[in-house]
Amino acid sequence: MNIHSEHSRTRSARLSACFRPDRSDPVMSLFLTAGFPTLEDSLDLILGFEQNGADIIELGMPFSDPLADGPTIQFASQTAIRNGVTISWILDLVREVRKHSSIPIVLMGYLNPLLRYGADRMIRDAADAGVDGFILPDLPVGEMPSIRESIREHGMDLIQLVAPNTSAERMREIDRQSSGFVYCVSVTGVTGAREGEEVSKSVDRFIDRVIENVALNPKMIGFGIKNHENAMQVSKRVDGFIVGSALVEQIRATAMADGHANHAENGQPVADSVETKSSGDWKEELFRFVRHLKFGD
Amino acid sequence: MTAVQTYNQPTANGYFGQFGGRFVPETLIPVLDELIGELERAQQDEQFLAEYHRLLTDYVGRPTKLTLAERLTEHYGRAKIYLKREDLCHTGAHKINNAVGQILLARRMGKTRIIAETGAGQHGVATATVCARFGMECVIYMGEEDMERQRLNVDRMRLLGAEVRGVSSGSKTLKDATNEAIRDWVTNVENTFYIIGSVVGPHPYPMMTRFFHRVIGDETKRQILEREGRLPDVLLACVGGGSNAIGLFYPFLDDPVRIIGVEAAGFGVDSGKTAATMTKGSPGVLHGSLSYLLQDDGGQVELAHSISAGLDYPGVGPEHSYLHDSGRVEYRAVTDDEAMTAVSLVSSMEGIIPAIETAHAFAFLETLMPQTDPDELVVINCSGRGDKDMQTISEYFRDRVDAVAPPAQTTNKA
Repeated sequence: MNIHSEHSRTRSARLSACFRPDRSDPVMSLFLTAGFPTLEDSLDLILGFEQNGADIIELGMPFSDPLADGPTIQFASQTAIRNGVTISWILDLVREVRKHSSIPIVLMGYLNPLLRYGADRMIRDAADAGVDGFILPDLPVGEMPSIRESIREHGMDLIQLVAPNTSAERMREIDRQSSGFVYCVSVTGVTGAREGEEVSKSVDRFIDRVIENVALNPKMIGFGIKNHENAMQVSKRVDGFIVGSALVEQIRATAMADGHANHAENGQPVADSVETKSSGDWKEELFRFVRHLKFGD
Repeated sequence: MTAVQTYNQPTANGYFGQFGGRFVPETLIPVLDELIGELERAQQDEQFLAEYHRLLTDYVGRPTKLTLAERLTEHYGRAKIYLKREDLCHTGAHKINNAVGQILLARRMGKTRIIAETGAGQHGVATATVCARFGMECVIYMGEEDMERQRLNVDRMRLLGAEVRGVSSGSKTLKDATNEAIRDWVTNVENTFYIIGSVVGPHPYPMMTRFFHRVIGDETKRQILEREGRLPDVLLACVGGGSNAIGLFYPFLDDPVRIIGVEAAGFGVDSGKTAATMTKGSPGVLHGSLSYLLQDDGGQVELAHSISAGLDYPGVGPEHSYLHDSGRVEYRAVTDDEAMTAVSLVSSMEGIIPAIETAHAFAFLETLMPQTDPDELVVINCSGRGDKDMQTISEYFRDRVDAVAPPAQTTNKA
């Protein structure tokens, strides 16, 4: 294996550039559920997040049974499915983003919709659309190794996760099997914001173990990060941080407050309600939240 | 019997053919690894096995009887029909065999808190029962719709000291209760043991649950040999997740016995309101394993429908998927109406009110029996009793007086 440069395992040139060795500020990866709150918003949000400091976009592919997710992402997923989001639609969205941007895009989602689409077909089409990698939380190292091989053969990365209760030996194995980066889950549990103190207390010991055992890949830390201070604190000793639920919650809250997608909670397709009384200002407010996450201003 | 055991699924990685596996978040991998090790040690540990079997005898009430269903046999006028009486188990269904086994493992592993999902409430009741017996904290996840359908079982669980948490996400039934139990498990892995109620979930759960239910088939084999001096010709059991079926089938897989699993067709397999996973589903990943699954073209899981809360599940155990594809076991489906007719028939002819789940297996006799000869033997797993279903049964028959008039009344020999 060629490891003469720091992160030569990474297949995606866009991801690799993101983690260039001379970089000093933490990499910020932002998760959003594709097609939430409406289909029309996703392109704007991705491009706006990039302009306001996002380095990587994790695009959530909704699934009916998101068993590793807390209420925020469950809600966003259900809404997106009702909005009609499919894998094909997500790949079209990525093609659209690629007309404007070269930000690394990682597809994150549960295995079943991908299997249904056809794993080989999915990987081929994703590479073609301009996807850089995958995060599949219910595909741990050891299961369906052909998926990982195929993703790498197509010049993309399969980002694997380590958790606080992962043994040192398994962390090293996950590091070997992962590329792009290793996703370090800072607390055991489902996705979602937690009390800041709870995160910071246990996270130091976890990061010690991560640093000791994950040597081949960049390390990104996620789960429970909800503001700039959290983010800076937990990412001091790793390459960067991931914000998911706190951002999705912010999307929901700002869009709702603005009257955009205000029917989402009654089980109505949100797309029907887009025209009601939205001023569009909610996106500006959301982008200020994103800037603050990254820069603290 | 001295038949050589050649059936040897699953593989060390938990695959039954292409089905099974461990499709779970990384946080659960260390727990499953630990469980695989503990299960392996427990299976070799004579003290553990002795305690498990002593509880089965003294607490569950095993061995359960193998009852000749004389009037049903007479009614069909073909093969002899035997019932494996799991309905006589403590708490009223086979589920307790597994709950006893898993809580003993949980205790060995030093876990102090038990969680479980439940659909009809039978697994929840069994789990709450063993938690009371062993003084363990118990949280049961149950869909709000199921809590409505099975009020009595909710009260039973609470009386036994369990906390019943209603699940309002998704379809508010078993599938969503399982999601919520897994979320709890991921969050509380340190002290919590998840007692899964069927042969579903990530490896080693399907294998472990089979191990704790195989006593059904082992006893059946011994009893039928004592009684008839030979093996049965046909085994019949209902299949939701498939635990009672695997329990009966597993010890017979290498024997020359026709084996049939009966799924819930709901309103009919092509009605769009069905739980016939094997008939209408396709392979997919749900709740930690690859198996047949009711899903749409986008890979979203579809809602199942069955009048029986215990069969109202869009998945099925991975071993059943394997046995289906390999052809070793036949899977058929019967509708809500056929099952309810069987509830009535069996109640009035045998004095046994079967659970609606169980009645699905009985309903298939209508198709099966004309294919049999009088010198043949059929064994049905009478997996649970129907007391818990009385509300559903009463409502169903309230406006269907015709259906209540049981064929029993046409028999004059009673």
